[in-house]
Amino acid sequence: MRTLTYAQAIREAHAQLLALDARVFVIGQGLWSPWYAGSSLEDLDREFGRARVVDTPVSENAVTGMALGAALAGLRPIVFHPRMDFMLLAMDPIVNQAANWSYLFGAPGAGRSGVPLVIRAVINRGGEQGAQHSQALHAMFMHLPGLKVVMPATPADAKGLLMAAVADPGPVLYIDDRWLYAESGEVSAEPFTVALGEAAVRRSGSDVTLIGISWMARECLRAAGMLESEGIDAEVIDLRSLKPWDKERVAASVARTGRAVVADGGWRTAGASAEIAAEIGERVFDHLLAPVARVTLPDTPAPASRTEEQAYYPGAEQIAAAARALLERGTAGRIKRAAA
Amino acid sequence: MRSETAWLVERWQTMTLIRRAEERIAEMVETGEVRCPCHLYIGQEAVAAGVCAALTTADTVWGGHRSHGHYLAKGGSLAGLFGEVLLKATGCAGGRGGSMHLAAPEVGIPGTVPIVAGTVSLAGGAAFAYKLRGEDTVAVALFGDGALEEGHVHESMNLAALYRLPLVLICENNLYASHLHWSERRVADNLYRAGEFHSVPGERVDGNDVVAVHAAAQTAVKRARSGDGPTLIECRTFRWRGHVGASFDLDVGVERRGELAEWLPRDPLRRLADELIERGVLDLERREQAINDRVNTAVEQARAAPQAEPEPYMERQEALCAR
Repeated sequence: MRTLTYAQAIREAHAQLLALDARVFVIGQGLWSPWYAGSSLEDLDREFGRARVVDTPVSENAVTGMALGAALAGLRPIVFHPRMDFMLLAMDPIVNQAANWSYLFGAPGAGRSGVPLVIRAVINRGGEQGAQHSQALHAMFMHLPGLKVVMPATPADAKGLLMAAVADPGPVLYIDDRWLYAESGEVSAEPFTVALGEAAVRRSGSDVTLIGISWMARECLRAAGMLESEGIDAEVIDLRSLKPWDKERVAASVARTGRAVVADGGWRTAGASAEIAAEIGERVFDHLLAPVARVTLPDTPAPASRTEEQAYYPGAEQIAAAARALLERGTAGRIKRAAA
Repeated sequence: MRSETAWLVERWQTMTLIRRAEERIAEMVETGEVRCPCHLYIGQEAVAAGVCAALTTADTVWGGHRSHGHYLAKGGSLAGLFGEVLLKATGCAGGRGGSMHLAAPEVGIPGTVPIVAGTVSLAGGAAFAYKLRGEDTVAVALFGDGALEEGHVHESMNLAALYRLPLVLICENNLYASHLHWSERRVADNLYRAGEFHSVPGERVDGNDVVAVHAAAQTAVKRARSGDGPTLIECRTFRWRGHVGASFDLDVGVERRGELAEWLPRDPLRRLADELIERGVLDLERREQAINDRVNTAVEQARAAPQAEPEPYMERQEALCAR
């Protein structure tokens, strides 16, 4: 199989979707510029024409609403937000309209369509960009009934999840991460989909389950490598989809290992990691040897300076440390409960 | 001449249907039978009737919280309207939305929503789809004067002009946004010029004159269909009832300025009826009785229907969002 970068895989998904389905179009800011989207949309306008690859005025709200309206009229739009921070200007069409529409107007038997809208948002942090160019806001959207959320971590998933999102009755929020754009991996040249809602086990292990989201799934794999040299056998799950998320696969793994570290590049309070930890507690409490650990951003806005950035963003070291701490507790938790 | 009179009779029928249906809803609000918030359109019927008469069934109309009139004028089912305000499973949105969430996609009402101006950009997107597919369908956004205070309406006007979208923007200026008179929200009374900066031409018409509304809408629709882009039409009108609920001339607890006395004699329906009588149409009473019968039948149908049940609701939400 060929190797593509994450950004090339996103571009290939777009190109195949545009080639295969006349209903697909891409709209948003920066589509005709390599600066906004990296190589993830490179030259699509030349290949498919600027009527279907539309670079827009600076109007996040109305452009997102237009994409929704076009979806309701039968097209398959991908609306692009090159920085997630700016997408907050489009909260009404996303939250009030798209997420509620199927429920409100999708009465069964009336022959009414879904909301086949894909919203693509990019997390684009680091590089001293500061508090309003760095935010990973996926947990806010994971909260909403009626909106699906995916966050691919590998080139193959970047392609397969985008193709699945466009095929889905939707709406789907697809969040990619600029830090992953240069990652490379095997990607089938054929069009293919990765099922929404299914996590991937990236590494099997028996001592602890490391659950990673997006960039942090990659960091979990690095942490597993560090732990291996210390004799700790970690299982790594790449969540891939945040809403719905693969509760069964995660619960089955943690039931086996008895320990879980949830690694998320978002904030801690009411974050994605909090939801996952709570669900693990509800599902497999009796199997837990230790409390579920979380590795997240601290509850502060993103800093700008490079030294502060280094302290702010956790990675493999913090994940490995959290896993070690769980192992150091031994099996005391289980023994205490058994004695009680 | 004969066909012009027949056309006017059809508009009168549409407007009478809206008036009688809403008067009935107002009664049901007062007795407590209808409990969801209802924003009544009484006094503004000429706008919906005039605009929708310029459209085909395939053309779409995108409304807001005050859309009973838009829904009926476009051909939405009367029983579906009463079912929805009573939150019955037979309602036009399956009893999931109530008065503010009406839908009849089969006749070009994809869905109405109460977030002010919430459907304006959606209408633009539908127009974008029609244009991309090479269809000659038109999307019409109907909104109140308060909607022009929302930023994304201006974004939408710019986008529609830039892409020459087949979009018509109808501002129903009833002078009040909720309880605030326009003069408490703006310096100048010039809403029809709101699109100038975006290269969207604007026009002001008497919104209580169905012929004037229709003529302006027809010109705008023709312009949209021929690829020349959007038009903004400000229809001057007045709602007789409060912002929400059945009471006359009282807005969410705030007394208005007594303009109702000026506007009642400009009743769009009375004006049209007088015109028809002058033209020798003698059977309005009989026609009105037939409309009353339709309303009564629809109310009885809705009353007899089952309430929307929680079971399918939960299942659907789970299917949408969970595993």
